[in-house]
Amino acid sequence: MTSDYVYHSNFWFEEPENDNPFAARASYCHGYDVYGQVVPQGTWFEYLLLMFLGERPSPAQTALMEKLAMSLANPGPREPSVRAAMNGGVAGTNPGAALMAALAVGSGQYGGAQEVALVMALWQRCGQDFECWIQQLQKPPEDERADIWPAMEHAPGFDPNGEQLPTQERSTLELLCNLAPKQGALAWLSQNRRKLETNVGYPLAMSGIAGAAFTDLGLKPEQGSMLYLILRLPGAAVHALEQQGMGWKKFPFYADAIELTDDPGAIPSASEKGANS
Amino acid sequence: MSHRRLLETESHWKTKRGKAYLTERVVMHGRDLHKQLGDYEWLHLYLFSVLGRDPGEDVYRLLNYFFVATSFPDASIWPNHVTALGGTARTTPSMALMAGMSISEASIFGRRPEVRALDFFYRAGRWCDEGGLLSEFVEQEKSKGRILYGYGRPLARNDERIPHALEKARELGFADGRYLNMALDVYEYLNSKYGYSMNIGAIYSSLAADVGLSCQEYQLFMTPIFLAGMVPCYLDAYDKPEGAFFPMRCSSIVYDGPAKRDWDNAG
Repeated sequence: MTSDYVYHSNFWFEEPENDNPFAARASYCHGYDVYGQVVPQGTWFEYLLLMFLGERPSPAQTALMEKLAMSLANPGPREPSVRAAMNGGVAGTNPGAALMAALAVGSGQYGGAQEVALVMALWQRCGQDFECWIQQLQKPPEDERADIWPAMEHAPGFDPNGEQLPTQERSTLELLCNLAPKQGALAWLSQNRRKLETNVGYPLAMSGIAGAAFTDLGLKPEQGSMLYLILRLPGAAVHALEQQGMGWKKFPFYADAIELTDDPGAIPSASEKGANS
Repeated sequence: MSHRRLLETESHWKTKRGKAYLTERVVMHGRDLHKQLGDYEWLHLYLFSVLGRDPGEDVYRLLNYFFVATSFPDASIWPNHVTALGGTARTTPSMALMAGMSISEASIFGRRPEVRALDFFYRAGRWCDEGGLLSEFVEQEKSKGRILYGYGRPLARNDERIPHALEKARELGFADGRYLNMALDVYEYLNSKYGYSMNIGAIYSSLAADVGLSCQEYQLFMTPIFLAGMVPCYLDAYDKPEGAFFPMRCSSIVYDGPAKRDWDNAG
């Protein structure tokens, strides 16, 4: 007996156990035996890139991926997605909810996964054409139609709240450049960063560095977006757990900081009105 | 731009939208939540929270009908299916419902088609205001390769919800709105020329235009619209054995990828 309903996959194949059609004896990822060979012999980043790219990555690709993953692993508590997870953690929410909060907040257009996808779309459109980049960053082509995503408010991959590329982002760009193809996106970005920043009016951001790195790895915008979401979760998780242990009394509560500018004041209730009349 | 604009809001957030003076009172869009809004039905309050104004009882009743009429307790519908998977995997209600709700912001159903359809009617209205013909606008959209959201239903030809919605619109006095008539005219045109069907998205979005919702307001308001249909799907899967919701056997994954290859010789 088989099911009437099937799912199609071009990269995942499973062989069932003889005694249970719902249990796999072996699984194959793009043709490679996952539990027989990939797990025992490969590394996490080889497997991750194999899943996304369809081919076993080169040692250079794996090294770039690992350093990128490390660079993204913990954006720190100042980053909105991590802070979202911390709000879940401190409140004693369940782990999945804290990470869902990180994914949701981290999916946006300001420093989030959608921004990475937009940066990667620019790489597809402009490649290493400087004039194209300037044109697209200053005035991206706008769809006259409304969408579920709002209009972009800054040049994708750059930080409108920045002054200059922070030291740690600068060293990340340098490190990743040394691991990336010599004529690739990261190399071009590094060479042209200052001119681009001058033109845009504010510095490159981690989303821009990540977008270039994912481009060098041969990934598509939607793949880069997914990986960016995944790779930033470790920090969100640990910060959420830490705040859970720390307790809510040490966690900011912004009530006094919020000022209602058109407060109507206390409204008398019906009974109070009656008493006054 | 610079980081200096962040200094203003680092420890001070000015707002007109609302505030909870905890232990004292709560203000939402200038109204006292308990004293002035306390008799609202919840969805009416939600509409008020989105709009910052009360559009009146008839508009609320119309939009409330969208929610009631979209509460399909059927686990074949994808957001509901996700919620049922949450049930069969024994996750919590919040996790299951949020998962279902988050995938409702989809491209082939839910939020993107709704926003696109509403925007289509507003743009068509402007086109006609400038003296253009509606049919020209439709043809122009088609020629740009754009999907005409609200027309042509992915999984069924006839949308059973349309006559009910039109009846409700008549009952509440929204049957003669400009955009609803436009939606029906677009259907007549597309149906006679291309054999297109119309789905409920065209009706709901045109009615949303007739009551003046912006695309952002519509997207926000519609976000929880599948919720009541999801709950029975979660419960149903929860009531049955763990993992029993349409389980997949290995052979249900139909593979069309690279042949088996050896990792040892791949490097």
